[in-house]
Amino acid sequence: MNPADLLAVTGADLAAARMQMALSLGWHIVIACFGVGMPAITLIAEWRGHRSGDVHYRLLARRWAKAMGVLFAVGAVSGTILSFEMGVLWPGLMGAYGQVIGLPFSLEGIAFFIEAIFLGIYLYAWDRLPPRIHLLSGIPIVLAGVASAFFVVTANAWMQQPTGFDAEGGRIVAVDPWAAMFNPATPPQTVHMILAAFMVAGFGMASVYAVAMLRGRRDRYHRLGLLLPLAVAAVITPVQIGVGDWAAHFVASNQPVKLAAMEGVFETERGVPLHVGGIAVDGEMRYALEIPYGLSLLAHWNPNAEIMGLNEVPPADRPPVNVVHWAFQIMVGAGFALLGLSAWLALAWWRRRDLPSSPWFLRAAALSGVAAALALEAGWVVTEVGRQPWIVYGVMRTAEAVNPAPGLVWGFVLVTVVYAALTVATVYVLRRLARDIPVPIAPQERDVTGYKVV
Amino acid sequence: MSLAEIMLAVLWAGLTAYVLFGGADFGGGIWDLLAGGAQAGRRRRDLIEHSIGPIWEANHVWLIFVIVLMWTGIPSVFAAIASTLYIPLTLAALGIIARGAAFAFRKVSIELWQRRLFGATFAFSSIVTPFFLGTVAGAIASGRVPAGIAEGDFLTSWLNPTSAVAGALAVGTAAYLAAVYLTRDAQRVGDKDLAEDFRRRALACGAVVGLVSAAGLVVLRADAPRLFTELTGGRALPFLVLSIVAGLVSLVLLWRRAFLAVRITASLAVAGLLWGWGVGQYPYLLAGVTLRQAAATDAVLAASLGALAVGALLLLPSLWWLYATFQRDHTARATVPRDLDH
Repeated sequence: MNPADLLAVTGADLAAARMQMALSLGWHIVIACFGVGMPAITLIAEWRGHRSGDVHYRLLARRWAKAMGVLFAVGAVSGTILSFEMGVLWPGLMGAYGQVIGLPFSLEGIAFFIEAIFLGIYLYAWDRLPPRIHLLSGIPIVLAGVASAFFVVTANAWMQQPTGFDAEGGRIVAVDPWAAMFNPATPPQTVHMILAAFMVAGFGMASVYAVAMLRGRRDRYHRLGLLLPLAVAAVITPVQIGVGDWAAHFVASNQPVKLAAMEGVFETERGVPLHVGGIAVDGEMRYALEIPYGLSLLAHWNPNAEIMGLNEVPPADRPPVNVVHWAFQIMVGAGFALLGLSAWLALAWWRRRDLPSSPWFLRAAALSGVAAALALEAGWVVTEVGRQPWIVYGVMRTAEAVNPAPGLVWGFVLVTVVYAALTVATVYVLRRLARDIPVPIAPQERDVTGYKVV
Repeated sequence: MSLAEIMLAVLWAGLTAYVLFGGADFGGGIWDLLAGGAQAGRRRRDLIEHSIGPIWEANHVWLIFVIVLMWTGIPSVFAAIASTLYIPLTLAALGIIARGAAFAFRKVSIELWQRRLFGATFAFSSIVTPFFLGTVAGAIASGRVPAGIAEGDFLTSWLNPTSAVAGALAVGTAAYLAAVYLTRDAQRVGDKDLAEDFRRRALACGAVVGLVSAAGLVVLRADAPRLFTELTGGRALPFLVLSIVAGLVSLVLLWRRAFLAVRITASLAVAGLLWGWGVGQYPYLLAGVTLRQAAATDAVLAASLGALAVGALLLLPSLWWLYATFQRDHTARATVPRDLDH
């Protein structure tokens, strides 16, 4: 086989580029959530440790800071790959519209820079700064983390609702970068994502301690380690359900084709039922549980509201229904399951100022991190696959944006291998970090080396 | 100066910062690779980890800054480069991810086999990554990236004499800068032997990089004549002279153990090469593509530059605090909390 054959363009290249982007984005987004949510939760623990003098809080803060350092490093580099991939995989998008979405990325770069600087100080200067100053040095990390999430999601929002530019014959002639950044999709999408980040971080951290408690470690250290992140996530979850509803309404008004795919609506009708489950076969939903008038009610607060069906657009302009529909079901299902868990915790706290005593609560809490991550991924599948075949909604097709270079399939294979190794190593290192006795992170940390976490 | 020119100058300044700071972090990985066995090299590795640990992520952000500014300010050029050179860029990206993750993992690993595995990954990718980034620079400098998407040759664009020299130079300058910085770091923590060790390495490495640069000029003459002409007799000549003089002065300063002053001259030597290339190629960004043709609209440039200016007001004091915190002579004040004295 000669090298030229290896580098021949095939139809698989677009699929490979999309898979590579999905893999690297899907991987990064989970890690990035910890980068956004974990600093705040860690700071709360550190602050309570200072206030109450409770050593367990301080130990938790240090342990979390260590994990945060690892996750931030992995998040930083997995995020950098994405900026390479924007050009390597989607040069058509960046060549034409890079300048339109450049501003939020520039701002994101600044925010991320600030996050990296203060994280370096926070992680490495425990012994060089007085406790109060050290705590304060963490605040820019929280603010910058939230800000960078906001900025980067505005760019994705623009891909859903492209505004702020004038094109003539495929050439951009005028750009209003601020209008592009604050496009109509920005408010619901950014709020939905930032809250999701706190949920993934909170439930994810709580899961670790729920597992430990199920294994019989019921001391104060583990109880606080479960309670603090879980409480943060539980407070946010009901808010997130409301914001999700807002985001869905937005899609109903602005991306009707996406809504039709999410709900498996093929014909434009009034009084459309809500499909729970089911599979789309030959242009109709089968085996679904139908709730009469449900969709019209939910989408427009009117049982007789008209919902546009997929048949309004040619087959080439429709997203794959089953993928989008099921991703949406999974996201909503996981969201409500987490709401139930949050309510359970709230009830026990309200009654007894304590965690629910049932082992089932711990089992549910142990799974909550997975559920939150699943909801996050499913939500992005709805957003991104539901936008297909467009990369910029109604303006540019994904197939027009992809790099026409041959051999993208090989890049995808290579990236997959690297990410598989990265996943194994990350999980392994984090598990070690969670299990080991606290390792000193600074000279004055000697005081905790002897502290056995049993 | 037009907005586009200011943008390009800011972009080049960002690239310079990445090479001087991020490059030195790569160099740290290279010296980690050459530090010796687990026992013999421990002190060297500890110093490297201690030196780059708190700052490498902040240094790494300069690269993101450069990439984002490229697609914002010169989008069509960014698309042309990324699409034609997708192979070295993908390999560099994978090197970046392997390196950063392995460094963070090693830091929290205790067992020897893990430290070895992560250390080897960190060190190996510290050589691979700057090499591939260098080949990209060589491809652009020798005019092998045409305008348009994926119009260049996917292999010869980065497998050519200029790219090979640029890749070697990227690795060499990274190692050289790191050796220079580490010499001073070793001196500051009071380790005389280690300072001498890195001084020797910096001298040897500096001599090698000087020779590679000279060889690079010969290659440019044959492979990128326009750039060679500008460097040796045109607008870019002052930068080449600055680089050569600063490089020679650096060797003298290293010889005389002026470890703080040599940081400045070594940085100047490397920056001179970069700016020589930039000025020598200006106004052409790619073969036949000028800055004026490729630049984004003024509204975009103004918004982005304005945002960066505001950002700089936040960033510069923060960066200063970061470096000040970790570049001070420092003895840990052990403050044992009382609640643990039981």
